[in-house]
Amino acid sequence: MRGYRTILVERVDLGQGTTGRFHGLLHSGGRYVISDERSATECAEESAIVKRIAAEAVEDTGGLFVTTPADDPGYADRFLAACLKTGVPVQEIPAAEALRREPRLNPGISRAFEVQDGAVDAWKLLWGNARSAQEHGAAILSYHWVTEVIREGDRVAGVIARDNRAGEMVRIEAAFVINAGGVWAGEIADMADCPGVTVVPGKGIMIAMNHRLVRTVVNRCEHPGDGDILVPIRTVCVIGTTDVKADSPDDYSIGRDEVQQMLDAGEVIVPGFRQARALHAWTGARPLFKDERAGEGGEDTRHMSRGLALVDHLRRDGVSGFLTITGGKLTTYRLMAETVVDAMVEQMGDSRPCTTATEALPGSEDGRHYWLGSRLAAQEEAMADDQLVCECELMPRRKLVEAARRRPGMTLDDVRRALRLGMGPCQGGFCTYRATGILHGLGDAETERADELLLTFLQHRWLGLEPILYGDQMRQACLDDWIFQGTLDVEHLPVTVPT
Amino acid sequence: MTHPLHELMRDSLDHCVKCTICETYCPVAAATPLFPGPKYVGPQAERYRGGDANADASLDYCSSCGICTQVCPQGVKIAEINSQAKAELAQRRGVSLRDRLIARPTLAGWMGAPVWPVANWTTSFGPFRLLLEKVLRIHRKAPMPRWAGRTFQSRTRSRRKAPDPAAPQRKVVFFHGCAANFYEPGTASMAVQVLEHNGLEVIIPKQGCCGLPLQSNGQYDAARAYVRRLAAQLAPYARAGHDIVATSTSCGLMLKREAHEILGVDDDDLRVVSERMFDICEYLVMLDERGELKRDMQPVDMEVPYHAPCQQRGHGVGTPAMELMAMVPGLRASQVDAVCCGVAGTYGLKAEKYDIAMEVGRSLFDQVRASGAALSVCDSETCRWQIAAATDRPSVHPVEMLHRAYGLG
Repeated sequence: MRGYRTILVERVDLGQGTTGRFHGLLHSGGRYVISDERSATECAEESAIVKRIAAEAVEDTGGLFVTTPADDPGYADRFLAACLKTGVPVQEIPAAEALRREPRLNPGISRAFEVQDGAVDAWKLLWGNARSAQEHGAAILSYHWVTEVIREGDRVAGVIARDNRAGEMVRIEAAFVINAGGVWAGEIADMADCPGVTVVPGKGIMIAMNHRLVRTVVNRCEHPGDGDILVPIRTVCVIGTTDVKADSPDDYSIGRDEVQQMLDAGEVIVPGFRQARALHAWTGARPLFKDERAGEGGEDTRHMSRGLALVDHLRRDGVSGFLTITGGKLTTYRLMAETVVDAMVEQMGDSRPCTTATEALPGSEDGRHYWLGSRLAAQEEAMADDQLVCECELMPRRKLVEAARRRPGMTLDDVRRALRLGMGPCQGGFCTYRATGILHGLGDAETERADELLLTFLQHRWLGLEPILYGDQMRQACLDDWIFQGTLDVEHLPVTVPT
Repeated sequence: MTHPLHELMRDSLDHCVKCTICETYCPVAAATPLFPGPKYVGPQAERYRGGDANADASLDYCSSCGICTQVCPQGVKIAEINSQAKAELAQRRGVSLRDRLIARPTLAGWMGAPVWPVANWTTSFGPFRLLLEKVLRIHRKAPMPRWAGRTFQSRTRSRRKAPDPAAPQRKVVFFHGCAANFYEPGTASMAVQVLEHNGLEVIIPKQGCCGLPLQSNGQYDAARAYVRRLAAQLAPYARAGHDIVATSTSCGLMLKREAHEILGVDDDDLRVVSERMFDICEYLVMLDERGELKRDMQPVDMEVPYHAPCQQRGHGVGTPAMELMAMVPGLRASQVDAVCCGVAGTYGLKAEKYDIAMEVGRSLFDQVRASGAALSVCDSETCRWQIAAATDRPSVHPVEMLHRAYGLG
C-alpha cells in the first residue's frame, strides 16, 4: 500500500504454519491485562482495527471472563482494575445473566465480565491480506523455501529460495529484506549472519469440538494457564491451550496427557464437556522472542511476552537492508507489519505513511462480519443444481472447480485451507474421495498424483484424529476406515506417500 | 423456545457418522428436490444454527413424520432436532393465518359442528375450495373430513364418570382425540364397543386437543398450553390407576412421548398420563397376552391392505393391528410396503406441499389400488383420509375390523 514492489516468499502454503494453527481467538486483550500489559493494550487496539478492516474474517462473538469455582476469587478485582489501566474495554455483568446467555456454563461461576473478544478465521484473514497485496502489485511465492540470504558486504541484497514444486532455485534481488519467518525467524537471521536471534517455539495444543457449546468466547478469570479459553469459531468450538517449549518449530506431536488436560479444563468451563464429541486436535508454535544478546532467557514459555519484537540488524549487527519482526500474536499481525515497515521506511530515508489500519481488505469493504449461518444460506440458493463435496462444511463442487482452475496443482490440504474441505465431523471420510475424483476428472491430478493426494490427506487428517479417538469420533473413524480400507482398499494403491 | 431437554436432543447430533441411512428412508426427500433431506437439515445444518437469523427455509419441507429418528442406527434424534429448528423458523418468520387455523382442529370442529350439513356442503363445493386455496393456501384437492353433526363428547355424556380407585383394572379411560369427536364418532363408538365386549367399562372424560398439529406447525407455546390442559384432564384417572386407551395413534404418541421429548413439557400430570397411555391395538394385544382378549371372532372373508402410519411406528410397539387382524378367521391382512402416506397430519393440506405429499404416498396408493380390496386399514385418521381420497375407497381403523369380527355391527 505504500507503493513498494514486494515479493512474499513462503516456505509452504500460506497459513500452514503458526498462523493457521491457533484457536481462532481475536484477543480483546483481557487475557494479558495483568501478566503482559503492553500486549493487552496492543490487542485491545488491534482487535478493534481487525474487526473493521477484515470484517469478513471475523465473527463478533463478544467474550466473557468468568470466575469458576476452580479460580482464585481474588483475581477478578485485580483483573477489572488492570483492564481499566491497560485500556481493555470491560463490563461486569451478573453471573446469572452470563448463565442466561450461555446456559452450558459452569453454574458455579461467581463473577462474569464482558469483553470484546471475537473469533477470527485465520485463513480468510490471510487470503484477504494476500489478495490486497496482490492488488497492490505484490507477488506471492508459496512453497518456496529460503535457503540463503544474499549478503553484499554490510548489506543484505536478497534471498535464494528453492521452489519446492518445480524443484528449481529462485534468486530474488531486493533493496530490502524483511524477515517475518515466525518461529523460523532465527534460522533466517542466521543465514544473514546475524546470529543470536532466538525464537522459542511455545507449543500449544488445541481441540475442536463438533459443535458450538458456547456462543461467546469464554475465558477463565484467572492468571493465564492451560486450557482456559473456549472459542466458538465457525461450526466448532475450540478449547485451548497449553504452552510448552518445543525443541523444534516443526514438532507437531500431541501428547496424550495434554489431550486429557484439555478435556479436564473444558469440564471446568462447561460441565459435561467430555461427553461432547471431539473432532480434531492440533498444535501450533507461538514465536516467542528471546534475544541472546540481551541476556537472560528461560524455559517457561507461558510467561514470556506475547509482545511483538522488532530486531534492527543495522543497530544490532551493523547489517543494513535487513529487519526481523517476530513475537506478537495473530491479533497484532497488522501492527507488526506497520512497525517493521515503518522501520524500513526510516532506514531507507523515505517517508510513506502506513494506511493498513484504515483500508478494508478485499471482501470486507461492506464491513459485514461473518455469521454462523452464512454457508447454510449460500447453499440454500445453490442446492438444486450443485453437488456438495464436503457435506459437513457445506463445500459445493462449484467452489472446488473454481479453486482448481485458479490455482492448479493444489494438494487437498491446500483445498482444506482455502475451502474447509474435510474439517467437519467426518474428517474427510466422505469428501476425500469425492474431491480427489473431481480434481482427477478436471485433469488437475493424473492417476498417480490423485492417489498420492488422497493418501496424504488421509494421513494428515489422521495426525489430528488419533490423539482424540474416543466416543463418537471413534465410531466415525471406524466407519471412515471401513470406507477407505474395506471398500476402496487404499492401502494397496500403487504409490508411496512421503511421511 | 429452547428447553433443557432440547439441548439433550440437540447434543445427539454428535452421534451422526453421516452414514446417510436416514436420507435413504426419508419419504419427502425421495419425492422432492426442495427438501434436502433429514441428515442435511438435521445434524448437519444444526451445527450452523444458533445465530440470530435463520439460514435455511428449506427445512420447512420436513413433514415431521419422524422416520429419520426411527431408522438412525446411531441414535441421533433427527426429527426432534428438525422440529425444534422448524419451530424457531416459524417463530422468526411469523406463523401464517392458515397454519394457525389448521393447527387448531377444535376451532374448525366447533365452527362446523352446529351447521354440519352446510359445512360439509361448502368443503366439498369446488368454487369454495378454490377460494380457500387462493385465500388460505389450503390445496383445493386436499382431503377434508366431513362433520358428523353431534360431537362424540355430547353423545357420550353419560360416560363422563369420576375416577374409581377401588376398581381401576375393570375400567379404562378412552382418549378419542379431536378427529373422532367431530368427524368420526362412529369409529370411536366401535372402539368403545370392542372394549366393552372384552369386559371393560369405558369412561370418557371431558377432553380437549393434544396440541400435536400446533407442534408440527411450529407453534410450541400454544402446543404446550393445549397438552398441559389435556394432561390435567386425564391425570386424575391415571393417578387412580386407570389405563388410558387411544384410537388416535398420533395424539396418543403425543401424550406418551412427544410432548416431553419435543416440547420439553416436564410436569407430573403429563408424566402419569404418559405412563398409562396405550394405543388401542397395543392395548388389545396386551389383553390377549394376558389371556383376557375374547377370541369369539366370526369369519370376515376379506383381503385388506394395512398401512402402519409413521406415528404408529413411533410408538415402538411393532404392528399390533396386524396381530389382531391375524386372529380374525378369514381376514387376510397384508402390510403395504411403504413408509408414509404423505399427509403427515396437516402437511399435505398445504397448497405448496400437496403435490409432494401425493408423490410421497404414490407407492402406497398404487399398492392399495392394485390389491383390489374394497377398503384399506390404517391407524391414523389424517392418513386414512388421505389414503381414502387417493384410492377412491374407504380406509378404516383396525378396530373396525375387530368390531365386525365380534359381530357388534
